[in-house]
Amino acid sequence: MSSVQLWTYLFIGLSFGLYIAIAIWSRAGSTHEFYVAGGGVHPVANGMATAADWMSAASFISMAGLISFLGRDGTFYLMGWTGGYVLLALLLAPYLRKFGKFTVPDFIGDRYYSKSARLVAIFCAISVSFVYVCGQMQGAGIVFSRFLEVDITTGVIIGMTVVFFYAVLGGMKGITYTQVAQYCVLIFAYMVPAIFISMMLTGNPIPQLGFGSELTPEHGGGYLLDRLDNISEQLGFAAYTEGQRGTQDVFFITAALMFGTAGLPHVIIRFFTVPSVRAARQSAAYALVFIGILYTTAPAVAAFAKTNLMNTVNNAVYEELPEWFRTWENTRLISFEDKNGDGRVQYVADPATNELTVNRDIMVLANPEIAGLPDWVVALVAAGALAAALSTAAGLLLVISTAVSHDLLKRSLMPHITEKQELFYARLAIFVAILIAGYFGINPPGFVAEVVAFAFGLAAASFFPAIVLGIFYRRMNRQGAVAGMVAGFTFTAFYIIYFKFISPETSNPDFWLFGISPEGIGTMGTLINTVVALTVCRFTPAPPRDIQQMVEEIRLPGH
Amino acid sequence: MRDEHARAYWKANVRILTTLLSIWFFISFVCGILLADFLDQFRFAGFKLGFWIAQQGSIYVFVILIIVYVFWMDKLDARYKDSVSKTAGETAAKIKEQEESRS
Repeated sequence: MSSVQLWTYLFIGLSFGLYIAIAIWSRAGSTHEFYVAGGGVHPVANGMATAADWMSAASFISMAGLISFLGRDGTFYLMGWTGGYVLLALLLAPYLRKFGKFTVPDFIGDRYYSKSARLVAIFCAISVSFVYVCGQMQGAGIVFSRFLEVDITTGVIIGMTVVFFYAVLGGMKGITYTQVAQYCVLIFAYMVPAIFISMMLTGNPIPQLGFGSELTPEHGGGYLLDRLDNISEQLGFAAYTEGQRGTQDVFFITAALMFGTAGLPHVIIRFFTVPSVRAARQSAAYALVFIGILYTTAPAVAAFAKTNLMNTVNNAVYEELPEWFRTWENTRLISFEDKNGDGRVQYVADPATNELTVNRDIMVLANPEIAGLPDWVVALVAAGALAAALSTAAGLLLVISTAVSHDLLKRSLMPHITEKQELFYARLAIFVAILIAGYFGINPPGFVAEVVAFAFGLAAASFFPAIVLGIFYRRMNRQGAVAGMVAGFTFTAFYIIYFKFISPETSNPDFWLFGISPEGIGTMGTLINTVVALTVCRFTPAPPRDIQQMVEEIRLPGH
Repeated sequence: MRDEHARAYWKANVRILTTLLSIWFFISFVCGILLADFLDQFRFAGFKLGFWIAQQGSIYVFVILIIVYVFWMDKLDARYKDSVSKTAGETAAKIKEQEESRS
């Protein structure tokens, strides 16, 4: 067993032990504890938990890699996922906390006094969460298979067992406190290699500043980003700091990610766990600070990784490449094909002569190895990636379970079940959800990774306008909201399905509506939802007096 | 009288939101996307300005916006709390009643 593996076992063992210990300490006794952790979580703790909940395997593993290869265009992930948070904090979190229920379908169902609105919301919440959770399990699978060299099945089963243990036992309470621990693990694991590499390349220990600094003389000197632009152009790629996509497309994708972020049920639900409206506002601020640390580091990591990769690999003699190259080759996430037979790696833009394919998802995981950092740092990244995947998976599983036990059974189908029974169904629902998610983690349908991005579009097109209008437009009624959600969701889903599955060969700017890619169409869905809702609302009766009273109530100063 | 306070509170609240969200829109969509290419001609250290705003600056601004929001709302709440909170208690009780009778 290699030293990297020993360290990995150690870190993963320690962190999992910690999560389980926390789970045992924070068992949930009531539905109130199970759904919203008793409503007494401190804003700082909730901020960390929200950050861990929010930063998924995609943020930790894939984002910097995506930016690495997209360069300037990767911006929409950064601005979209953090800017949406501003919307969430200003437009949704305080009011939903004030409303004081457990779930998003609860709000939709009560605000629009309607079972069908509640059912539509349940359907959207469950489908968005499921798509997302499968991606997490897959992320955990990649980490296990690469670092522990167990097969993906074993890896996913270990991950499932741990999540199952603390989610089923502790509900939201267990999840919240393990997420606090997971945040600490993941941010430490993300920052340590970033700081190391920033020091190595530029001598500046702060990665956020480092990627705008000059390279050290042994790395060639000159500003890092200029250098990156130059090498990229020499090899036939686009300059790193220049955008390739159309401006309106970038605009729409950014907006879709923002509205989607604000509409994701597993993030919204976190604001039900704090004791007051004031605490909800504060914890949103803490959460964005904690998220911002990783998100401002990610573009730096992306630039470092790209520089290192090009420097190490391009024109290097294949036989002399370091060991990490071969271990990643074994996972088939890196592949080399010596087209011109010179025994050297040519990494260029032209597909006819390019000999190297690198999966974007491995840039963060492979980065410490490419930079030649010590083994314990490499292992730390594995533990951090698992923390990111598991914390998000747990939050999503809870949304699925509350949607089933609380919204579907208690509030819609079987209103007379006791609290004990409800708790039992909540745990049963998590159990079933984990089994299904695990199945998809082991047998990933090819489209999971793509569908995750679309979960945002769907959340944006369905929930976001319904909730915002519900708070800010008192006259909004049931007919308008339901028509809007159905129209937004259907339009977005159809557009995505059409270009991704029915007619993928026509998925290019010439055929797209107004040049908007399927990734950005959620913004259009949001607009359609809003317009339909406002129109239908005008021609149908105003909501009952008590509902209007309720809206007034949400708008009063909180306590 | 109390209703008036409640309305004034809500108005002030919406004003805060409008101010902050205008900045939010300006920094991300206007500076980070629409004007980014134009801003790229300005440089500091190794960064082009438009690129820096898109990948770093906007996130810092977002954090500041939420922190300002927390402070402004705390102040606003403190100013209106006494004048509005009594009505709040009453309507809350009423709504609870109605809800119970409905379910």
